[in-house]
Amino acid sequence: MISKDSVAHVAGLAKLQFSEADLEKYTDQLAEILDMVEQLEQVSTKDVPVTTQSIHLANVMRPDVAKPAEPVAELLKNVPTKKGTLIQVPAIIDKEDD
Amino acid sequence: MDYFKTSLDQLHEQLRTGKLTSQQLVDETLAGIDKIDPDVAAFLAINADGAKKQAAAVDAAGIDADQPLSGVPIAIKDNIVTKGVVTTAASKILANFNPIYNATVVEKLAAAGAINVGKTNLDEFAMGSSTENSAFKTTKNAWDYTRVPGGSSGGSAAAVAAGEVVAALGSDTGGSIRQPAAFNGIVGFKPTYGRVSRWGLIAFSSSLDQIGTLTRNVKDAAQVLNVIAGHDERDSTTADTPVPDYTERIGQAIKGMKIALPKEYLGKGVDPAVADKIKAAAKQLEDLGATVTEVSLPHTQYAVPAYYIIASSEASSNLQRFDGIRYGFRAKDVHNIEDVYVRSRSEGFGPEVKRRIMLGTFSLSAGFYDAYFKKAGQVRTLITRDFETVFNDYDLIIGPTTPTVAFKIGEKVTDPVTMYMNDILTIPVNLAGLPAASVPAGFVDGMPVGLQLIGKPFAESTIFQVAAAFEAQNDYLAQIPGGK
Repeated sequence: MISKDSVAHVAGLAKLQFSEADLEKYTDQLAEILDMVEQLEQVSTKDVPVTTQSIHLANVMRPDVAKPAEPVAELLKNVPTKKGTLIQVPAIIDKEDD
Repeated sequence: MDYFKTSLDQLHEQLRTGKLTSQQLVDETLAGIDKIDPDVAAFLAINADGAKKQAAAVDAAGIDADQPLSGVPIAIKDNIVTKGVVTTAASKILANFNPIYNATVVEKLAAAGAINVGKTNLDEFAMGSSTENSAFKTTKNAWDYTRVPGGSSGGSAAAVAAGEVVAALGSDTGGSIRQPAAFNGIVGFKPTYGRVSRWGLIAFSSSLDQIGTLTRNVKDAAQVLNVIAGHDERDSTTADTPVPDYTERIGQAIKGMKIALPKEYLGKGVDPAVADKIKAAAKQLEDLGATVTEVSLPHTQYAVPAYYIIASSEASSNLQRFDGIRYGFRAKDVHNIEDVYVRSRSEGFGPEVKRRIMLGTFSLSAGFYDAYFKKAGQVRTLITRDFETVFNDYDLIIGPTTPTVAFKIGEKVTDPVTMYMNDILTIPVNLAGLPAASVPAGFVDGMPVGLQLIGKPFAESTIFQVAAAFEAQNDYLAQIPGGK
């Protein structure tokens, strides 16, 4: 059974935050989902390889040819805030630490 | 345009002979959407100006006599990027995202002269089975507005079923084309993994996602697949095998075809009335000269748990890119970089997306990887082997697409596990990377039932052949959805 503390830890890894009430809801729901997943323990998988993709290709190569890229203005079109051709972000050092 | 009575071939004939121009067709289609979509709510964005411009260009260049899509308006699921047309994946985090490039499938449609008429609703990031997880609107089932259209390609399915467009693109990660096609009484086609480029498809689960089609008729699906299939240098998981003409075997007899019906697909959890329709469909295929034999896919019941670990793990990784820096939603009043990430993601993603990111992050985290992600990957191997064993002796597998007909809006949305079980019959196909279709197979309580046809890798033509033969035996398309 997954604990509320574990869920809070996973939220930190996933860069998500939840209210206390949501944390409880997510703990219950994840516990229920993991309950369902526990069925997998019934399956014997000794010496069974892991499948991570179904097309079975390896080392797909193409010629390394330089091509024109999108113009900078176009690439920056969806940036929330910018200065000139730079992406503007909040100060990395917390203001409260000043 | 009456899309209920008009196939792609018939549209093409009118366009080719000049009885109709692409501009007229676009105008009629936009008028139809204006009339129907306030009830159905299939579209997130209508590309009216863009579509008119594209149509004018096609008319000026002349309809391509050899290309059935030339001049024809098509709808595109809103997780497929379209240059200059806002693409949201039905997420608040991408509410204003204006792509600077086209997905390969969008490029290919445009090169064939097809017109992008608009972007359709979906479950946020394609995570869901009812389209209720959209951040923007609730799409209705074309047959009953109190029921879900299925998902995640619910907008594309409802748009086609309600007669707004002749065809739409969708994406299928665990059934997201086939399930809404079944719920809306239309044809949904998910090609083999690697058959269609995923370049420009907003990634959910990269080892499972595949773009495909939603249409009313089987041949229309083959004609759209003819355009979008093929190798793409920008998606190195695409297959370098030649693309046949998928219409080639349509109309050919299916006498001697060896068809398998897994007993697990008619078992526990499947509504007996739905199972009866599938048995009746099997009988029809036998009457056409095919043999239908009961087989077993013993690991079927483990597909849903394996899928939720694999898909959520891949999603948790793919969705790391949404960090509020370069594009997408950024939370207000953030004072440091950690705040930008955490608050933008927490305010930008909806509940189901967060649930899957959490499940995936947990499955991949230290101490749990072997028990969850690795175990699920091993079970995936066993599920794939089940299919390989059956396909040693059979040409095709059939079964229901869904255990029940479309459920009511709000009925399952609060209970994730019940919602996940709805995909039990479609998920195994994605885990094994196989091609599969859903075609209309009758009605239960006035709601459509879908027959699923599953093929060997790259045997799309076999599916089209049998699906078309089945379609020709029935007149389910003559029944027009009533809405209400």
